[in-house]
Amino acid sequence: MTAAVEVRRKPRKNVTLSIVAILLSIVVFVVPFVFILLTAVKSRQEASRLDFSWPTQFQFVQNFVDVVQARDYMLIIAFINSTILTVASVAIMVVLAAMVAFVLQRRRTRWTGLVNFLVLSGLIIPPAVVPTIWVLQKLGLFRTMPGLILVEVAFGLSFCILLFRAFIATIPRELDEAAIIDGAGPMRLFFRVILPLLRSVIITIVVVQSVTVFNDFVNPLYLLPGDQNATVQLTLYNFSSSYSTQYNLLFMDILLITIPPLIMFLFFNKRIVAGMTAGAIKG
Amino acid sequence: MEARPRTSVAGPAAPGRKKSPYPSWFYLPAAIVYAVLFLVPTVTSFYFSLTRWSIFDSQFIGFDNYVTFFREPALVSGLWHTVVYAVITSGLKVVLGLGLAVLLTSQIIGRGYLRSVVFFPVLVSTIGVGLTFTILMDPEEGLINESLSLIGIQGPGWLTDPSYALVSVALVDVWKGVGLATLIYIAGIVSIPQEYFEAARVDGATAWQNFRRIVLPLARPATFTVILLSLIGGLRSFDLIWAMTRGGPGFTSDVIASVIYKQYQAGFYGLSTAGNVVLFLLVTAIIFPLSRFLNSKEVDL
Repeated sequence: MTAAVEVRRKPRKNVTLSIVAILLSIVVFVVPFVFILLTAVKSRQEASRLDFSWPTQFQFVQNFVDVVQARDYMLIIAFINSTILTVASVAIMVVLAAMVAFVLQRRRTRWTGLVNFLVLSGLIIPPAVVPTIWVLQKLGLFRTMPGLILVEVAFGLSFCILLFRAFIATIPRELDEAAIIDGAGPMRLFFRVILPLLRSVIITIVVVQSVTVFNDFVNPLYLLPGDQNATVQLTLYNFSSSYSTQYNLLFMDILLITIPPLIMFLFFNKRIVAGMTAGAIKG
Repeated sequence: MEARPRTSVAGPAAPGRKKSPYPSWFYLPAAIVYAVLFLVPTVTSFYFSLTRWSIFDSQFIGFDNYVTFFREPALVSGLWHTVVYAVITSGLKVVLGLGLAVLLTSQIIGRGYLRSVVFFPVLVSTIGVGLTFTILMDPEEGLINESLSLIGIQGPGWLTDPSYALVSVALVDVWKGVGLATLIYIAGIVSIPQEYFEAARVDGATAWQNFRRIVLPLARPATFTVILLSLIGGLRSFDLIWAMTRGGPGFTSDVIASVIYKQYQAGFYGLSTAGNVVLFLLVTAIIFPLSRFLNSKEVDL
């Protein structure tokens, strides 16, 4: 849009509207984050007043250390757990989904209709929680990290397959044919030829799904209970009950947990936008 | 496996195409995970919802769980709250998302900043947002009511007043999710060919006519996406409600997903699963017909 508009030269920017919009955005969207930041560095008494005010004394380091040390370094364990969960589930998800999307896009068989239906179902149907626990129990995976990882994979596949399929449709088939003539089998064709070409969409999917899995609260809550297994979202929850009066620590925790998504946002803004708006335009 | 194609290289055309380069077994690894951890639970939930169940053994009791579910006013109101919550969040996300998208595609100063700041909450932990707003919405000391009192308005007990709690949580959901709706609308608006706007300009169309006759109809696919996504998310919403009110005060902000969790915690696995089946039926009864209807109304640019 911008390019075309600039050629047409419509330079009059609406200054009043801009100022109103920016002021409103500060009140509605910026203030809550500043509130988190300010409360996180306050002393305990000051934080408990819940005021939106400048701290009289900054306790950043103190609060940071307190939060990290709380409950035998639970936050550190939780960050490790969350990292393992996120990295493993997203890695598995990406490879499995790409394989499905590749065959789904390239070859029509009697399975194609069914697979498409299942992919959409995966996006729409709310997971049945307690029966999932039952299945995991039967497999001996309930309350284990591998169990939770596989559940995240199962729930995330659909979204990944849709993005991959749309992208693979833009890769010319001639490339496959050339590789096949050169003697590549399906494995080599997929892993050596196709997968490297998916780089940009893989980055998009990795970023979006990492944020989703990292922020997931429900599945760890049901499937991986217990302090030793806590993920970061659950520490937040535990902090809020055990520190009902220590708001400074609660907000320090919120702040620390917001940092990973913030980093993703700063570095991969465009990718995230591309992934999340993929459904908007029919492609 | 690798050796076989190599022998067929001799005849480059390879007419006897026995093995497809796109083998169906590529579905297999994903299919196993999906079937075991998504399909099996979904299908068995129908059976388990008809039992008294303790994970280890189940006893068939017919429709008793459903009878309990629909006799208990607290649970039935959860069903109603779910629909209200989904409709409020979905509706507001459509209206505000479209408005913000029009604003953020117009000639405005600080467009990049505005886009970022509207979108960022989407990526933040739902629980973190919920806990923060619980404190901001505190009836006595919360920032929102203190600010309102400065201009002489007595703010309500957002989360403590039974008639406001559900709506308050829904508003926070909109605060967090409107960025995604806005982005989808921006993508939709940007993809509208410029010729339409130029033709409209030649004809002397007003800004409102531009919006009403060009943007609104041609951003329709974006509207459908926003409606479907936010309804799907709204109907199964749990995190935010659990973080902010836990379904309270009383049961006034309980939704099906929080009922499921409460019954699970109380050890009523059969009843909890019955809640899940109810949610499943509600979602499919709303989403599948709606998506079919919306797809049939798709327009071409």
